Amino acid sequence: MNSALARMRLPGNSLARSLLVVLAAGLILFLLSEELGAFNDLQLANGAYYFAALAGLTVLTGLSGQISLGHGALMAVGAYTVALLIGDEHWALVPALLAAVLVTSLVGIAVGAAASRLRGPYLAGATLAFAIGLPALAEQYPDTLGGANGLVINPPTPPSWLGANFPLERWEAWIACIGALVVLFVMNNLVHSGTGRAFRAVRDDEIAASLCGLHVGRVQTVAFIASAACAGLAGGLLTVVLQLAAPGAFELALSLSLLTAIVLGGLGSLVGAVWGAALLVLLPTWTNDLTRSFSLSTNVSNNLPLAIYGFVLIAAMLLWPGGIQAGVRAVFSRLRPSRVTGGT
Amino acid sequence: MTKFIDLTLNGISTGAIYAVVALALVLIWRATRIVNFAQGAMLMITTFIASSVIDSSGSYWLGFAVALASGLVLGAVVERVLIRRVEGGPPLNAVIVALGLLILLEAVAGMIWGNTPRSFPPAFSIQGYDIGGTRVLFAPNDTFIVLVVIGVALALTVLFRWTSIGLKMRAAAFRPEVARMLGVRVGRMLTLGWALAALVGSLAGVLVAPSIFVGPNQFDPILVFGFTAAVLGGLDSFAGAAVGGILLGLALSYVSGYEGSSLVTLAALVILVAVLMIRPGGLFSSTQERRV
Repeated sequence: MNSALARMRLPGNSLARSLLVVLAAGLILFLLSEELGAFNDLQLANGAYYFAALAGLTVLTGLSGQISLGHGALMAVGAYTVALLIGDEHWALVPALLAAVLVTSLVGIAVGAAASRLRGPYLAGATLAFAIGLPALAEQYPDTLGGANGLVINPPTPPSWLGANFPLERWEAWIACIGALVVLFVMNNLVHSGTGRAFRAVRDDEIAASLCGLHVGRVQTVAFIASAACAGLAGGLLTVVLQLAAPGAFELALSLSLLTAIVLGGLGSLVGAVWGAALLVLLPTWTNDLTRSFSLSTNVSNNLPLAIYGFVLIAAMLLWPGGIQAGVRAVFSRLRPSRVTGGT
Repeated sequence: MTKFIDLTLNGISTGAIYAVVALALVLIWRATRIVNFAQGAMLMITTFIASSVIDSSGSYWLGFAVALASGLVLGAVVERVLIRRVEGGPPLNAVIVALGLLILLEAVAGMIWGNTPRSFPPAFSIQGYDIGGTRVLFAPNDTFIVLVVIGVALALTVLFRWTSIGLKMRAAAFRPEVARMLGVRVGRMLTLGWALAALVGSLAGVLVAPSIFVGPNQFDPILVFGFTAAVLGGLDSFAGAAVGGILLGLALSYVSGYEGSSLVTLAALVILVAVLMIRPGGLFSSTQERRV
């Protein structure tokens, strides 16, 4: 890892490019949030924290090749940290979110060190047990962690210079989007740095990577910590947006839908994580609307959205094995045949 | 002391169920190198079918037979229609297809049979044996379950180790190209692997249904603990899956009995991590696992 750090140079143009991308994305999100109503602003906020978690997971799974079925539990760590610090200790928003990142990174060190010894299905099994086991802590310590009902915090107040009638949902969307943009900036630089190349080297061939002087276990642990930090921020933002941290939000279903979203969006690509976040937010809304537009029996209408989701997962994997982003890339490279597409 | 014995017996009978699911997962892993996350949903469907047959015909054993037969068919169809297209591709794609199938099957079951869990009859009496005047937490039905698990583990070991069909299945999974050159019908072997695994899974469903009821999401914990048991034992070993299942059942029974049921999932995590830190390939691993 020392050698990887030594080779970690951030070339000026790459850093500048990252900044430009982030600024452009920020401008688009700002204009979007101004146009949207309360409900859609809330959806934007949801999409933003999903993106933060997905960006970390797609780097971990796509770039360093470690599968994690436990990222929902890491989000829970960040969420409960923020809920405890804001609700009980009355911390300000930004320090609480930073603390969530720190605490989740520490958990990430422990989980990552264990994970770096495991491969394939064994890693999947261990992280699955993590996703199932951790939320049980909340029920074990109901006095501190609120049991099954979880912890409630007060909604964030928009600053007064925004005007008295500034909608709360738009303020939440701004907070979540700023968090997502920070993740985008950091992760985009990480992916294009020497550390990012070390991730890929370890993923593609562990023996060759260690011959090049990389400490495979340490590189994998670093990937896990970076990914856990993103999940922690995402969890903290979730608490801020929903004003609630409860075990029901962090069940296995969350971890599994995060994994499906990065594969569906396009594994290892940050743009793919944007597609994934959009899917996680929009697909349930669309399928619920679609279901409500028919008059069906309760059994059928209750289960139709889930059935559509399952069907979409299967169909997408059979039709576009590389995910949405691979399809988009294929279209672009056909438009510009001279350009060499960068492999990940 | 009575409590300890009761918890031990209870652990053996629930562990036996985890062991059957673990055996099904190991079977698919050995046959196709895929972890079948849809296993829980597949055995849920076959158990629902069995429940409907028992309701309309009144015969438990007819339902039992129909469950096994429908498992065999379901496994073969799933492999031919869905899994065949993602085999040999990125391993995660197969995982996502299996997860998609899990969600789809649970939704379909909810549409047909509703989301309220219903009861399911046991094969034999669930009244505990009477030993010296005290009733222990072990019934004739539990004896049946344990015998079935031992039988399945032995049969699968014999099939894979000492028959030519088993050799062909192993060859098809490890070196499909070479196996094909030597005349093994690789596709047929993979289908057979999935069909057999779904059959074993459907057996687990019928065995566990009396104690947890039949519902679309009722079998999710069974899959999770079955997978934990399989990983615990080592995904390449049938004996490992059986032992892993029983060990997990015992450990969780003690934790739940002495410390409270909310710690069960946490205990499963601690046990799994402790074992994997010492043996990263599970208790019964023979080779270093290197696939990612």
